[in-house]
Formats: sequence, C-alpha cells, structure tokens
Amino acid sequence: MFDVLFERGLDGRLYGLYLLSGLGWTLVLAFFGWWIAFLIGIVVGVGRTASNKIVSIASRLYVEVFRNIPLLVQMFLWFFVLPELLPSTAGSWIKQMPPPWGAFIPALICLALYTAARIAEQVRAGIEALPRGQSEASAALGLAPSQAYRFVIVPQAMRLIVPSLTSEVMGIYKNTSVAMTIGVLELTAESRQISEMTFQTFAAFGSATLIYLSLALCAYQLMTYIDDKVRIPGTGMTKRRRLLFVAAGGGKARRHE
Amino acid sequence: MRQAAGRPDAMSDLDFTVVLRAWPYLLSGLQFSFALTVTAFAIGMVLGTTFALIQHHEVPVLSQVVRSYIALIRSIPLILVLFWFFFLVPVVLGRFVGGGRSIPIGPTYTAFITFGLFEAAYYSEIIRVGLRSVNKGQFEACQALALSSFDTYRSVIMPQVLKVASPIILSQTIILFQDTSLVYVLSLTDLVGAASKMAQLNGRLVEMYLTVAVIYLAICSAASQCVAVLRKRNELPRVVRQ
Repeated sequence: MFDVLFERGLDGRLYGLYLLSGLGWTLVLAFFGWWIAFLIGIVVGVGRTASNKIVSIASRLYVEVFRNIPLLVQMFLWFFVLPELLPSTAGSWIKQMPPPWGAFIPALICLALYTAARIAEQVRAGIEALPRGQSEASAALGLAPSQAYRFVIVPQAMRLIVPSLTSEVMGIYKNTSVAMTIGVLELTAESRQISEMTFQTFAAFGSATLIYLSLALCAYQLMTYIDDKVRIPGTGMTKRRRLLFVAAGGGKARRHE
Repeated sequence: MRQAAGRPDAMSDLDFTVVLRAWPYLLSGLQFSFALTVTAFAIGMVLGTTFALIQHHEVPVLSQVVRSYIALIRSIPLILVLFWFFFLVPVVLGRFVGGGRSIPIGPTYTAFITFGLFEAAYYSEIIRVGLRSVNKGQFEACQALALSSFDTYRSVIMPQVLKVASPIILSQTIILFQDTSLVYVLSLTDLVGAASKMAQLNGRLVEMYLTVAVIYLAICSAASQCVAVLRKRNELPRVVRQ
C-alpha cells in the first residue's frame, strides 16, 4: 500500500523523502517554537500573579489577545499584515527573504507567541495552586519577591504543571500544520502534495497519520518520564488519574476546584 | 509632501471604509462560522456522550473501538482530518448508499460532518471525566428508587455531569469556533474565507485581516468571560459544604 513512497516525483526525489523533509520542518517548528513559548510563557504566567497592577494587566492582555484569535488568523497577521504595517524598507526586506525562511520565520514567531499564552495560563494555575504559606515563608526568611519567585515559587509550580504541559506539547506539533496555509511545506502539506501528484490519497494521508501518531506517542512518553523525574513526592497522581487529567485538556482550574 | 507611492505601507494609509463596504459579505461568512460551530457542537455532544457512556460501561469491543478512535483523532492535526474526510466521506457514502460509486456531497456538508465527528472525540473525553466525578452513591440511590437506566442518566447523572463540565465544554466550544477558521484550506467561505476573497478583489488585505482578528477577539473574549462565570458558580456550593 505504501509503494508510492518509493516512487520518484517530478523532480526525481523519492516521495518518501518529501514526507521526511515535511517531518523535518514540523519537528523544527515544534521544537524551537516550544522553547520560545516556554520562556515567554513563564514570564507572562508569573506576570499574571504579580502584585504590580500594570504588570498583571499587561500579562492578562497578552493572554487574552493571543488566546482569543484563531491561530490561522494570527498566521495571516504575521505573514501578510505585519510587513505592510512596518516602514517600507523593513517591510520589503521581510518580503524578500529567501523562500523557506520567508514563511518559516513568521510561522515560528506566530506559533511560539500563541503557545506562550496557553503555557502562561498553566503556569499561573500552578502558582495559584501552591499553598500561600510558601510565599509567606519566603517573605519571613527575608527573600525579596523576585527571589521568592525565582527560588521557591516558580520551581515548585513548574514541577506541579508537567502533566498539563503534556497537552500543550501535544498541541504544538499538531498546530505546526497550520503553517502550511502560509506556505511552509511541513508534514501535512507534503502529504497533500503527494496525494495530488499521485492520486494515492490513502497511502499519502495514511503515512502522515502514522507519523503524527508516533510523534504523539513519543511526546506522551517523554512528558511522563519528565513528570516521574520532577514530581514533588506526595503530590502526584496515579498514572491512571493523570491520563484522565490530561484527557480533560489539562484541567486549568480543576486543580483548585 | 505625502508619500508618492500608491502602496498603503504606513498606518496612516489604512482605509477602513473598504471594510464597511465588505461588511455584508463578512457577516455572511461569520454566519457560516456560527452555523458550523453550532452543528458541530450538536453532533459532537450527542456522539461524544454516546462514546463516553460506552466507555463508562466498558461495553466489550465497542469501547475498544471508541477508545482507539478518540486516541487517533486527538493525535493528528485538524487540517489532516479535514483532508481525510474530504477524501473518505464520498467514498464511504458511495459504498453504503450509491452502490459502490462515490457520491460527491460538496464541501459544505463534508465540513459539517467532519467537525462533528472530530469534536465528538474531544467532548467525549470531557464528559467521561465528568461521569467519573459523579459520586457512586448517586447510581446506587437511583437503583434503590428503581429508576430505569435511561431515567437514571437523564434525570440524575447527566444534569450533574453537565453542571460540573459546563466550563470545560464551553472552553472547548470556543476552541471549536476558532478552529472552524481552518475550513479556509477547503476554500469555504467562513469569516476568514470571506475576508480573504474580499481582499483578493479589493487588494485591502491589511484592513480585512485586522477586522477579522478584532471580530474573533471580541466574540471569544466575551465567551471566555462566561467560562469564568460558570467556573465561579460551580465553586460556590463546595465552599459552603465544607
């Protein structure tokens, strides 16, 4: 059934290689997007709980804007709209970026900022789930608020939210497929291309599906491993409950219900 | 001197009157987005509840099938699912109805079916978790009252499940509403589709996409406020009880 992957396309490459290069772009987008999102997400998530009004309102605004506009529309904004709004030299410099990068960089920025808003909410939930005693004890020990966040609160919150971050990890590799709408040739785009060139739709989409399935499995295993390593003893859930928890979409507020 | 170039490359050159002229068309696109959301919500909730009950009762064979379906749908991107169904639905329908020949039913209906089946996997997981949160005593009390299992679910269990799960169901529906924008890849005319077709005609891409972003932002922010309200309402009785 997957014979088509060993046939050659118009440019002489094996169709299997089309898929592999698509997989490569998907992984690169998801990997770098994740780390950028993770850093911004922690900063914004901490900002959401800050006592400074301006910081907390700005963080809330960030989350609201990036969570409430569809990813597809955000892609269009970065790709089509931003270069037009910038001064014309900067705009045309962006437009003239060589082929893969011209679409890849907007896609990466877009995906990272979108995911960051979602991670920020998880970080906030983690911080709010910690007992108040933790920040009070830090204050009693003479730690400045920034030190309390850095050494006491954020490290514990991060260990708590690993299970809900699992669904964000699984979200980001799926969301990379939206980048095909602005011309990034990632896995879904390549499989559609194969299907259009060979009419072997079943084989083309089937192999992409299998690849996505194994990515999901890897992501899940990796996150379970990390959770086992970093879980605060006594706070963890059993494996079964954790599965349910992740299944419910990470359960943002369920933790403190 | 103003810029000589005709290209609208600075904020001051934005002309939002084109949006006013395109407004009726955008509105019809938005209407389609809503129709798709509502239909997918209805199909998704009915199917999702069925799936959840099948798993909750551990019906042999069926529950394994349902579980694999949910795992599969949840691990592949929606765009790929859309492509799959566009290819499969006419073929499958043809096999059952058209005597082997594939029946083209058009992209609109396929989108309705796809989103319904796709969302069913997500709603089902939410309801399944909700079912587990219902105290076992509730089931036993229903048995003691000799309620049929249909009445047990209809009048006792499901109302509690829906109450607990309502904030998550609503957030999932907001995500669904945002996801309907992906029908763009099938060239359907939802809100984004309408904007992009309009932009091709009048060349005012910046204004059109900015407007679309603002419309989505307004609708989804309002809906997320409702999620917060629902969440608060669920929390109250617990506090009182303790």
